[in-house]
Order: sequence, then C-alpha cells, then structure tokens
Amino acid sequence: MPQFAIKTGIPRYLRKEQRRIEKIAEGYGLDFFPVVFEMLTYDQMNEVAAYGGFPNRYPHWRFGMDYERLAKSYEYGLSKIYEMVINNNPSFAYLLEGNSFTDQKLVMCHVYGHVDFFKNNFTFRATDLDSSGRVVDPIARDPDYEPNRKWIDKMANHGSAIRRAIDRHGIDRVEELIDQCLSLENLIDPWSPFVVREREHQASEEPEAIEVPRLRAKEYMEDFINPEDYIEGQRKKLLEEQKKQRQFPPEPRRDVLRFLLEHAPLEKWERTVLAVIREEAYYFVPQMQTKIMNEGWASYWHSRMMTEQVCDWSEIIEYADNNAGVMSTAGNRFNPYKLGVELYRHIEERWNKGQFGREWDECNDLDQKKNWDLRLGLGREKVFEVRKLYNDVTFIDEFLTPEFALEQKLFTFDWSNRNDRWEIASREFKQIKERLLFQLTNAGNPEIVVVDANFENRGELLLRHEHRGIDLRDDYAKECLKALVRLWKRPVCLLTKSENKGVILRFDGNEHTSRQTEEGSSAAATA
Amino acid sequence: MSLKIDQDHSRFRNIVRGRIRKNLRDYISSGEMIGRKGKDLVSIPIPHIDIPRFTFGQKQQGGVGQGDGKPGDSMGGEEGDGKGQAGSDAGEHVLEVDVTLDELAEILGEELELPQIQPKGKSVVVSAKDRYTGIRRVGPESLKHFKRTYREALKRSISTGVYDPGNPLIVPQKDDKRFRSWKTDTEPVANCVILYMMDVSGSMGDEQKEIVRIESFWIDAWLQKQYRGVESRYIIHDAVAREVDRDTFFHTRESGGTMISSAYKLCSQIIDDHYPSEEWNIYPFHFSDGDNWSMDDTLNCVQLLKQKLLPRVNMFAYGQVESPYGSGQFIKDLREHFASDDRVVTSEIRDKDAIVGSIKEFLGKGN
Repeated sequence: MPQFAIKTGIPRYLRKEQRRIEKIAEGYGLDFFPVVFEMLTYDQMNEVAAYGGFPNRYPHWRFGMDYERLAKSYEYGLSKIYEMVINNNPSFAYLLEGNSFTDQKLVMCHVYGHVDFFKNNFTFRATDLDSSGRVVDPIARDPDYEPNRKWIDKMANHGSAIRRAIDRHGIDRVEELIDQCLSLENLIDPWSPFVVREREHQASEEPEAIEVPRLRAKEYMEDFINPEDYIEGQRKKLLEEQKKQRQFPPEPRRDVLRFLLEHAPLEKWERTVLAVIREEAYYFVPQMQTKIMNEGWASYWHSRMMTEQVCDWSEIIEYADNNAGVMSTAGNRFNPYKLGVELYRHIEERWNKGQFGREWDECNDLDQKKNWDLRLGLGREKVFEVRKLYNDVTFIDEFLTPEFALEQKLFTFDWSNRNDRWEIASREFKQIKERLLFQLTNAGNPEIVVVDANFENRGELLLRHEHRGIDLRDDYAKECLKALVRLWKRPVCLLTKSENKGVILRFDGNEHTSRQTEEGSSAAATA
Repeated sequence: MSLKIDQDHSRFRNIVRGRIRKNLRDYISSGEMIGRKGKDLVSIPIPHIDIPRFTFGQKQQGGVGQGDGKPGDSMGGEEGDGKGQAGSDAGEHVLEVDVTLDELAEILGEELELPQIQPKGKSVVVSAKDRYTGIRRVGPESLKHFKRTYREALKRSISTGVYDPGNPLIVPQKDDKRFRSWKTDTEPVANCVILYMMDVSGSMGDEQKEIVRIESFWIDAWLQKQYRGVESRYIIHDAVAREVDRDTFFHTRESGGTMISSAYKLCSQIIDDHYPSEEWNIYPFHFSDGDNWSMDDTLNCVQLLKQKLLPRVNMFAYGQVESPYGSGQFIKDLREHFASDDRVVTSEIRDKDAIVGSIKEFLGKGN
C-alpha cells in the first residue's frame, strides 16, 4: 500500500511498544507473520473497513454503502472500529488515531493473537498462494512452508481486472453483473480446497445395451431361478443407473460458482468478474468458519498479555473498562468474543486439572467432579492444539459442555408470533448446542447444490436446497434465481421446501413460478 | 487525502436517488414523510438495496443468546424486526438512508421536470445570524465555557503552586472565567412568502384536508429549495376568514356558508401589511372544493384577484379538491375569467394519487 505507507506509519513511541509486545507474544509461544501497523484517521479507518481491510479493491457501490453505514454509526456514537487486521503475509493492522495509549496497546496485543491464528489455524491454509497468485493445495503443502499470502496484491489485481472490464463495457453493465455475482457469493463449497480432486470421469459416448446377468439354470427351472419380474426389476435399476451416469453433473456439485464458471455460456469479461467474486469469497471463508475461535483467541491473548505484562498499574482500570465493553453481551445476544475466550479458558482449566478422558466422562458424582484436579498442567498445550486443528463447528461440538453452557447462561430464543417479539425459548443444553451448530454450519448459509444442468431435457439448470428444517427467505431466493438466470442464460429451477412441502421455484427470465413436487424431494430431482 | 471510497459512495448515493425516484409517487402521496421529518433530514426506508442472497427466514430460525431470564421472557431490544442475528453479520434489514429535504425536493423537481424558479431580484435584502465562534473574558453566566474556565483555573493554581495532586481541588475565580462569544453574520436572501388559504366549510372532510396537507408540504419543500427562508401564512375561511397557525389550519372544521372573497381580502390585507411586493416573492395558494356562496361573491373574487392580488404576486394557485358535496363550480369560473392570464394556475385534485400531477401543474411554470 504505497500511498499509505509514508503518511500512516505509526509514531516512534508506538513502534517501541510494538517491539516490546512482540517479544512478550513470542515469549508466550505465539507464532505469527510479521505485522505492519498503520495509523489511520477515523474516515480513513471507515474507508479501509468498508473495503474489508484492503486498501485496494474493485469498485462497487456496496463499499460505498458500507462506508456510509460505518461513518454514520461512528457519528452517532453507536460504534467505533478500534482495530482491523488482514490475513496477509506480512499482516497489516490498523490503529485508530486519537485512541489512548492503553487502547493502542490493547489493540496491538489483540492483533498478535489474530495473526498467530491466521498463520496456524488449519482453515487459513486455504488462503495460501503460490508465486503466480494461485491458491496452493493446503493438504499437499510442506509443513514448514512459509505461507505466501499476498492478498493485498491479489485484491489490487482484481481491482485492475475489473477496472479494465469497466473501461471496455461501461460501469453500469459491469456493476450490474457484480451485483448478480454477489447475490450468489455464498454458493461455494467451503471444504473444496481440502478435497482431493478426482478427475471427472469421462462418460462413455454410447450407453451400453442392458444385459441383466442371469443365474445359470436348466430350462425348466429358468422361471423359478430367474423369475421374469425380478429380471425386469433389475433391468429397470440398471437403466436408472445408466441414466444417472448420463446425467450432468453426475454428482451434485456444491461449488455452484465454479460450475457456472465452467459451464455457463459466459463472455470473457463476465467470466473474469465471476472468477474474481468467487476467489474473494473463498478468501473470506476461513474467517467465517472461525469467527468465535479467532476472536476468542485474540481476546484470550490480549487479556493475558495486558494484565500480566503490558499494562502498568495506572492503565489497568482503563483497560478493564474497555475490555468489559468488548466482552459485553448486550441485549442478551451472545458475543463471539466472549464465548470464544471463555471456552478457551474453560478448556485450559479442564486440561490443567485433568478433567477429560474416559474416567471423567463416566464419573457421575458431582462432588467428585467439582473437586477433580489431577494437576496435569496440560492446559497451555491443549489450547494451542485447539487453535490449530479446530474450526467453530468442531470447537463447539467438542468443547461446549453442559457445565459451560450453564455457567455462561446460554439459552436459545425464538420469535413469538403471539407476542410479536423475540423470546427466550429454552435453556436445555441439547437445544442450545444444536442451535449453535446449525448456525455455524456452512457459516449459517443454506446448502445449495447443482443437480442437473439439463433439467427435463430443456437445458434448464436445476439446483437443490438441502433442506434442514428451515425454509429459505422467499423474496431473496427469487432475486437469486434472477441472478442465476442472468449467468446461465436459460431458465433456472430450485428444489426446496416450503412449509414442509416440496416445491420447485422456477424463473424463466420473465416470471417466477412455483409448483409443488410429489413427496420426497430427491425423487423429483432425478425425475 | 482524497478517499477512494468517494467514487463508490457516490455510486451508492446515485442508486439511492434512483430508488427514491422510483418510489417517489408513493412517498409523496403517502403523507408519511411529513411525520418523519426531523429537522432537515428525512429517513427513507429503501427496500432491496441490499444484495439479496440465499438465506434463511430469520423468524423461523431463532438464535442463541447469553444472560439472565427464563423461557418465555422477552429478549427486549429490537422488537418487531429481526435484526442482527447473533454470531454472524447477516441480518434482515431494510436500509434507512438519510436524505435532506432539499435533496428530496431536488429529486421531486427532476422527476416532475419542474423548472428552476427565478426569484425576483432582491438579493440586496440581508438577514443577520448569530454564530458562537470565540471566547472572551466577560459574558453572562449562561454562556460560561466550563472546560476553558477550569483549564484557566488549573493553570493558575499550578503556576501559583496551590495545586495539590493528592487533593486535586480547583476553584475557579473571577479572572478564570471564560465565556463563549458570538459574531453576527449577514447573508443576502431572496424573500418568499406562501399564503395558504383553505375553505373549511363542512364539505371539506378529513380526506380532503389530508390532500391539502400533503400537497402544501411538498410545495413548501420545493419553494424552500428555491428561496432561503420561506415564510408560510395560513388563512381559513367559511363565510368569514381568519389567520391561524399551521396546526389549526389543518384541523379546524367549520360549517356555514362559503365566502371565498373573505379569504382573498384577508390575503390582500396581509400582503399590504407585511410583504411589500417589490421585496417579496409572493405565492398565494387557495384550496377549496369549489362551492362558493353566490355568483356575486365569485365576481367579487375575480375583482379582488384582478385589482389587488395578481399585480403583486408571482403566481396565484387554486387547487380544487374533489368532495362528494361540492359542485366544483369555482374552478370553471376562474378558468373562464383568467383563460389568458398565466399568473393564475388552477388544478383539480381528485384523490391522493393526483397530488403529484397537481404539484406539477402548480409549479411547472416557474413563475
């Protein structure tokens, strides 16, 4: 970010502090990329924040909208961005000009927590790039490989690619296409970087004639050993299978954007735009998969570093006051910072005291459990392992215990139609956990796959929403279908459920229709 | 530093303007805007400026929270809209954008293709405005600047060695006191007065008045944009006319006969007393359902218009609101007598949907 570097470097006293904090962080065993701090005024901060932390992005009105929101909520005193850090190697982090010295130190400590997480958590490996800027296979990479994460450059390149398209095709056309692509931004497969890819096997040209294998039998026994209706049944089954093989794609495809890139009839510039949106969507996947863990980890470390080594006595009250603000659970909504940090502390304590393993699990004596302390001291080691190998889903799944949920006063809430308000629904552990896991799965996005690119033999695209008990928001779904038609250039259908009934939503470019399907959505999908 | 965001921000504002323009007729005829008006900004809900994605219906999904309470207790906070799902950024919201009334009037003007009004050349008129800009040592207690005062007191106590960090008590003395001071700015203005007249006889019902209310709001807004410091005066009349405040104007209901001339007389009187026509741009607007007491009175009105009013005003506007009881004769009479005089503008307003068209008829000439 050359245009920043000169004007926005941090003053000497902060640089000195940074070096001190860096040493302290290393002393705790944190392992991070180099960190470059910049000092921004609040409108620069709002601008950079609107661009997701990047000084250079492609032009799009949505960034302007985000800027307006941020600026307004700052002006009204509703919020203030203290800190921002981007997953880049080196990592860039921004400090807000005018914050107190104590705040700046807090932010720095917090940032080192994040950067350690970026570097070590496995999900972020999917953001490693090779020298040509392509994403590296996160599984095959060398464990000692110093990751290249030149995302600042990559985002800037995306910016110029899109600007070129704008020069050629006009801002209105390009921006409209970006709008459409952004509507589909979440139709990606968060795990695809970790899937070892098989070559799509070539479907054989001619379907083979179907021959049902028969058991050998004497002629007079034939009807008994190979009964006609059985043979007929088998033949149908084989036919079905053959048909499935001819179906395209042969298996449902979850990376809808990739499918469109490969198979939609796009012009070159359209392909460029779509590819940019898709790549950036993948960049943000790990952040969404580890929101609780990442914020929890940074908070865990800033509070330890601040209270144990960084603050002097005169700063501790101010620190505590601010920290309490960050950790607050206002309006009873849960706060990912708070939940994360408490869960790490909980894990650390359990592993220090040996409260894990079979014996612990099988113990039913509450008293005994309360005083359980084997003095194993494994806590530190365990939290470092957790930050490396888990994401929010597995983190919650494995470590959220009934004791913890009780201690943290967790509950579920639902909308009450009768009272026209949100109400606390339950404090039962099972429900809390289920609800949390549901929200975190696929980053809270519905799972939608491509099932048929030639639906009903008319070249229409059929998608399927893997319905897990909650319906899609209808008006938005319709808009998304429009966007799909824009790219696919043929009618698009979506198989989903609405109020427990299977339905196919269809948009043909002019009007939306929907029709109910017979029971069982999968039957309809292959029909 | 010029911000890169400026471009994206102005693209966004343009889109907002586009959306507003698209729904302008709804905004105008709904009357909602008047209630929303807070100072100069109006908040307008813009649906669907967000980027739609495949997502879940919020209310079906619910969420997880943390804190006290038992099942069945309200979550409090944002009731009624499902904003801010915990733990993720997504949330359903209708975006509210702030637009100045000025900007809205401009959009209205563009959309209705209203011409820019040429004010009478009265830019020599000067208005004075006080601004608090400085600090001085004397002044009334009510303008005391606390921070500055205490800062002075602190300076003094440190420099005289009285200050004790262990007991940081500071007592300002007379010389420490600092007061805010003001400066008077003057600016040239073009003066404009709108005189609203309305028939409040029994046949003007609530719906008719609502129409007048909405229409006058937008006329105000547009003229406000053209002139700085628009004044509005309100006259109601049945058989007699009197001047009232805005609130009364829209809420009074009288009965009895209708003598339109009484209003025109009063209007003329007010102009005589307060608004010399060489210094003021004058816009009388008269709303009625078109029933006048007698043909004689109508002729009276025509006389008043010809002799007293028209020579002094920029234009005279008559809006006839359709009412089930009125004969709607008056507009015909006016049209007959002033067919060739384009200082007189008439418009029939059938219902709320006709407001936009009527505004265009009134203001489209740009007198």
